[in-house]
Amino acid sequence: MGAPLSKLVWLATALLGAFALGVVALERGESVNAIWLVIAAVCTYFIAYRFYGLFIGSKVMSVDANRLTPAVRYNDGLDYVPTNRYVLFGHHFAAIAGAGPLVGPVLAAQMGYLPGTLWILAGVVFAGAVQDSMVLFLSTRRDGRSLGDMIRSEMGPLAGSLALVGVLMIMIIILAVLALVVVKALTGSPWGTFTVIATIPIAILMGIYARFLRPGRIGEMSLIGFALLMAALLYGQTVAESPDLAPLFTFKGEQLALMIIGYGFVASVLPVWLLLAPRDYLSTFLKIGTIICLALGILVVMPTLKMPAVTQFIDGTGPVFAGNLFPFLFITIACGAVSGFHALISSGTTPKMLETETQIPLIGYGGMLMESFVAVMAMVAATVIDPGVYFAMNSPAARIGTDVANAATVISSWGFAITPEMLLETAKDVGETSILSRAGGAPTLAVGMAQIFSSVIGGKAMMAFWYHFAILFEALFILTAVDAGTRACRFMVQDMIGAVAPSFRQTKSWSNNLIATGIAVTLWGYILYTGVIDPLGGINTLWPLFGIANQMLAGVALVLCTVVLFKMKRQRYAWVTVLPAIWLLICTLTAGMQKVFHASPAIGFLAQADKFGTALDAGKVIGPAKTIDQMNQIVFNAYVDAGIAIFLLILVVAMVGFGIVSIRRAIATDHPTALESGGTKEVGHA
Amino acid sequence: MLDLKVAYRILSQASRLMVGVPDYDGYVIHQMTRHPDDPVMSYEEFFRNRQDARYGGGGATRCC
Repeated sequence: MGAPLSKLVWLATALLGAFALGVVALERGESVNAIWLVIAAVCTYFIAYRFYGLFIGSKVMSVDANRLTPAVRYNDGLDYVPTNRYVLFGHHFAAIAGAGPLVGPVLAAQMGYLPGTLWILAGVVFAGAVQDSMVLFLSTRRDGRSLGDMIRSEMGPLAGSLALVGVLMIMIIILAVLALVVVKALTGSPWGTFTVIATIPIAILMGIYARFLRPGRIGEMSLIGFALLMAALLYGQTVAESPDLAPLFTFKGEQLALMIIGYGFVASVLPVWLLLAPRDYLSTFLKIGTIICLALGILVVMPTLKMPAVTQFIDGTGPVFAGNLFPFLFITIACGAVSGFHALISSGTTPKMLETETQIPLIGYGGMLMESFVAVMAMVAATVIDPGVYFAMNSPAARIGTDVANAATVISSWGFAITPEMLLETAKDVGETSILSRAGGAPTLAVGMAQIFSSVIGGKAMMAFWYHFAILFEALFILTAVDAGTRACRFMVQDMIGAVAPSFRQTKSWSNNLIATGIAVTLWGYILYTGVIDPLGGINTLWPLFGIANQMLAGVALVLCTVVLFKMKRQRYAWVTVLPAIWLLICTLTAGMQKVFHASPAIGFLAQADKFGTALDAGKVIGPAKTIDQMNQIVFNAYVDAGIAIFLLILVVAMVGFGIVSIRRAIATDHPTALESGGTKEVGHA
Repeated sequence: MLDLKVAYRILSQASRLMVGVPDYDGYVIHQMTRHPDDPVMSYEEFFRNRQDARYGGGGATRCC
């Protein structure tokens, strides 16, 4: 392509993107087609990749095509393998895409589709994709070492240890919140519960198949697993409609929570080939396949967005999560815009498989743009459903009550007209008895996806099938994240305790295994259980904590990137990581402070503890609590949550302090001090 | 021109690597050229080795 033509194409892309954004942002009174949102996003990604992603690669990192990557230097055909860039892109994307980008945008939709979409786009371009690609670059220059290791070597041992504690804490919160999403989706849903339970024997069957019958035949076993899964999904309807079987699979939140806790323990203790690995294969392929189908579905159906661009809830009075647009929108949409967790992936297996440094922008920056697109699709799915249905599904019972008549009255009074009949009808369409207060994002997304899929295949008759398909898809990969996460936590716990008692590091020992797994499960299980019995809804309280923790980790990763840029004497480009780091620190510190100290009991944990504590002292029970026990529970949880938030605040401030000290030291030195390994001259490993 | 064979190979390798199993042929070629005296794992051994490696150590293999 000639240079003038290429310029023309980029100009056209920019104009189309700007026009689409204009349609999305400025259209008032008329409904906007979702396709404009998709066009605006895709144009933004292309422009951002071409003009910012590649700039970061060539100028900020100054990637060197001749420098040998860890994959080339340590090539062993196993862990370190130079890999085709498209193959590696798939691997990296599959590792970073999870429930986060699907849930956050759904919750944020209470403020309308516009604020969330703008943050997803701006966040990914200037923060998320920058973080992912910079950490990938850092790790590639350091033999593919992990984030914690790099913080230790570049910022000191204390900073390294602190970061590790922070990472463990974040994993615990993430596991609890993700498990809570599954509990909320399956409560009182025999169809959903049956299919999710059915995945266990299916996975075991697959595990045995791939271990003994046809060892290592991943494709075959996944196809068999998928066929059985669809059969279970179809049979689930029969179960739900049978008066004998349905009660066997109808559980309350508390029961489901205990089952998931027990399951998480067993799955992560058993040999991985039996349950964990086959479920992982099934959920990975189902996840990628469903994401592709959702994209195609949106393109074919071209649904209209029914949610207003901006709702009145930007003032912080919304029922889904409490707090103003700033800072809470930026906390609620974590993955999809920027996710600290990705720093762990970008410093995990991906840097060990890069063929050359020049592929860092494609894999790191491009991979994150793709994840952001998943978040945009989640936003579309949440806003194509009727806003009345959206609020019925996402508001806690404390706000809308537990019967459809009351819920419809309350939600209509907010300006989102809905009738009790419509709520009942929607529940019937998706094969459930009730859709009220199914918070957590997954069910809402499932209704949106069912609406889109059923307009392509099956019509209204298939809506219930598609709803449960979507629930299954989310539950499957969330539960896989729970087992694998529990296992990862177990190794971290063993490592930490091992620092004091070295024999505890023995990973082959059964007692170490059981004790460390028990600790990990107890930690997230406790938070999960409090979330389930929380009369205020759980998600309402825990999702912001997760968001704060995740964004803080991103802030820490960007601080590390900044420190390294100074140490490399490339500080003239430090603004690339400094600006998003400052923004994330402002958001997370403000949100953290508000969650602890805000005067409104709806937002501040201490105010909440105080309100319920004062009432308790007076011997009164105030809503949403119904008993003295629940009152005590609320007060205690509020203190625990405040404690977690304060710990995170201290941690992030300390990390910034370590960062500033390291930067000053780097400035005071007149030569580069970054600890890189490998150069162009080193000879490849034999 | 898009070569269908190449596209299929990339797709199948990507699917396998998504679940942590790298290219077996690549491993065999590597072993034979770089370590001609060392034994080469059979595909079954290779698969088990990779499965244990994916879930065996610390670190996160996926995001939330």
